[in-house]
Amino acid sequence: MKAAISEKMKTLYVVPLTVIIMSGGFLLLRTGMMNQVLTTVFAIIWGTASVLLLFYSLNLLAQLMKAKLYNAVIPYIFIGPAVLIMGWYLFVPTIRSLILSFMDKRGEHFIGFGNYAYVFTDPTMLVSIRNTIIWLVSGTVFSVLFGLIAAVLADRSQIEKLGKTLIFMPMAISLVGAGVIWKFIYAYRPEGDTQIGLLNAIVTACGGKPQNWLGTAPANNLFLIAIFIWLQTGFALVVLSAALKSVSSEMIEAARIDGAGEFRIILQIVIPSIAGSIVTVSTTILLAALKCFDIVFSMTNGLYGTEVLASQQYKQMFKFLHYGRGSAIAIVILLAVSPVIWYNLKEFNKKEVF
Amino acid sequence: MNSINRTITKPYKPRITLSRRIITVALIILCIIWTLPTIGILVTSFRTKDIVSSSGWWQAFKTPKAFTLDNYGQVLFGQRYTVAGKDGHAIVTRGATMLSAFLSSITVTLPSVIIPIFIAAAAAYGFAWLNFPGRKIFFAAIIALLVVPLQISLIPILRDYQKLGLNGTYLGIWLAHTGFGLPLATYILFNYISTIPRSILESAFIDGSSHFDCFFKLIIPLSLPALASFAIFQFIWVWNDLLVALVFLSGAAQEMQVVTIRLLNMAGTRGTDWHLLTAGAFVSMVLPLIVFLSLQRYFVRGLLAGSVKG
Repeated sequence: MKAAISEKMKTLYVVPLTVIIMSGGFLLLRTGMMNQVLTTVFAIIWGTASVLLLFYSLNLLAQLMKAKLYNAVIPYIFIGPAVLIMGWYLFVPTIRSLILSFMDKRGEHFIGFGNYAYVFTDPTMLVSIRNTIIWLVSGTVFSVLFGLIAAVLADRSQIEKLGKTLIFMPMAISLVGAGVIWKFIYAYRPEGDTQIGLLNAIVTACGGKPQNWLGTAPANNLFLIAIFIWLQTGFALVVLSAALKSVSSEMIEAARIDGAGEFRIILQIVIPSIAGSIVTVSTTILLAALKCFDIVFSMTNGLYGTEVLASQQYKQMFKFLHYGRGSAIAIVILLAVSPVIWYNLKEFNKKEVF
Repeated sequence: MNSINRTITKPYKPRITLSRRIITVALIILCIIWTLPTIGILVTSFRTKDIVSSSGWWQAFKTPKAFTLDNYGQVLFGQRYTVAGKDGHAIVTRGATMLSAFLSSITVTLPSVIIPIFIAAAAAYGFAWLNFPGRKIFFAAIIALLVVPLQISLIPILRDYQKLGLNGTYLGIWLAHTGFGLPLATYILFNYISTIPRSILESAFIDGSSHFDCFFKLIIPLSLPALASFAIFQFIWVWNDLLVALVFLSGAAQEMQVVTIRLLNMAGTRGTDWHLLTAGAFVSMVLPLIVFLSLQRYFVRGLLAGSVKG
């Protein structure tokens, strides 16, 4: 009895304290008055403390209820914050963007399918749709192909770990950083000058003329995609390499005894057994290619015919401030992703946990 | 027992040593191609301005005296400009620094990693161990949100932020990264937490623990590897992010620029100052590279657990 009373007393001061700390910290941080180091330290402490206090107070409040009600409420306390935040940041915006995509420039008047008509008829948009398809196809195919080759090689080589780390390393580099690295590879100077870009140096050393790699459409798209492939191959390598470890060695031994060559073993045994992983990797890279904005934005800013859907979406929204068109492009990207959503949900439905 | 296991699970390795050597050579060639671009900017970032524009970086070791640390000095503490003062004297001023961008990136990244962890862990616990109406629908929604492109949220959230006064604040960008990171975090942590043996939890409940005690005293410590995987994944994601920072920090002061934006601006305005640009690029990637190389194991685990982020 006494313990129950002290629990209630706790509720009396912990709950208001939580509210004060959370809102006080929020208002203080919103003013942005503190210096950077202080802000960071404060934010980490405030962020962690608020989350813990929030769950603690909600629990105390729930304990005031009768046992039956408590048991009914507690799950929602656990999932509540996450669900609310995801709802605010992802779920509701999807619906709001869908509505905006049928509105005019400032999102004030309903204009029907005008924005979608623009997306599928405007010449610049058509170029960016074409480029996005090139990105999707060649970006994915080559990333997975190189990743697979590297995984097979690494699995059979003496330097597996080092090799994997080196090819995987670009994953840690930002797309903007990768952009700078590759701009330097593609650097172009007029004929006769010393070429400081590696690619043109090789071309001129072989007796060719230096090329302005990023300035000539439509080949420049491929040079941008090369950066993407450089980044994503490591990802494909890591996932496929993990899958290779689980290929049955007996089957391979048996095939070898039957006299099958190394190449045939890879094509007819190894690849079919990791087909599932290849599909997963391809899907993930496909999604990344669809949303890839940073490379185009930092390398060419969409000039010379390199625009893609994601970069057009950014431009429409934040450069031309055309919310209707920007939202329509975002919805088109979402529609392109929707088969994956549908597939994931189907797989989820099969799970026994639920 | 052990030796039997080994013969069964041991991955297949060809016995012919010659072909193995050829394979190793092929892999080395592939690795060289993959590392060369990064080595190129690393070497260039230590060369003087004149030598960078007059010879390729691969010739750097012919001129060993032309190495310098000055590029990093200029990038970190601001590029030197010489301006003529009122009385005709030359005044040296310094431009925007990578150092402040670096600090700003840390300010953006650490809370963006830490805030979603507990929220996601609590949700994962709720989904994995509690039964309630709507459980399946809510989790299906999270699965769907995993691959929703975040582009779709930018304008609606920006409008909310303008009303709330969160635009151009650190708080705004932390919450945005929290919101965009939560589906993946919940998904990864759910996969992990749902595999914790039921008996461990049951014995805790028999001892009279509440769900809260159980969550904080049992689940959190047991899920540390999964929490670490997500933390590293989110760290590299947020640090390297350009789009979210461009949108939500665009109205902010220059001190709040993060490294990716700073680097983008450098590439735009000083596109031919390769000695500075390469040093800047290296400063921007040094921290994620250290994190990546030292904690690669956890990063890979995070990637394998759910590599489908929007």
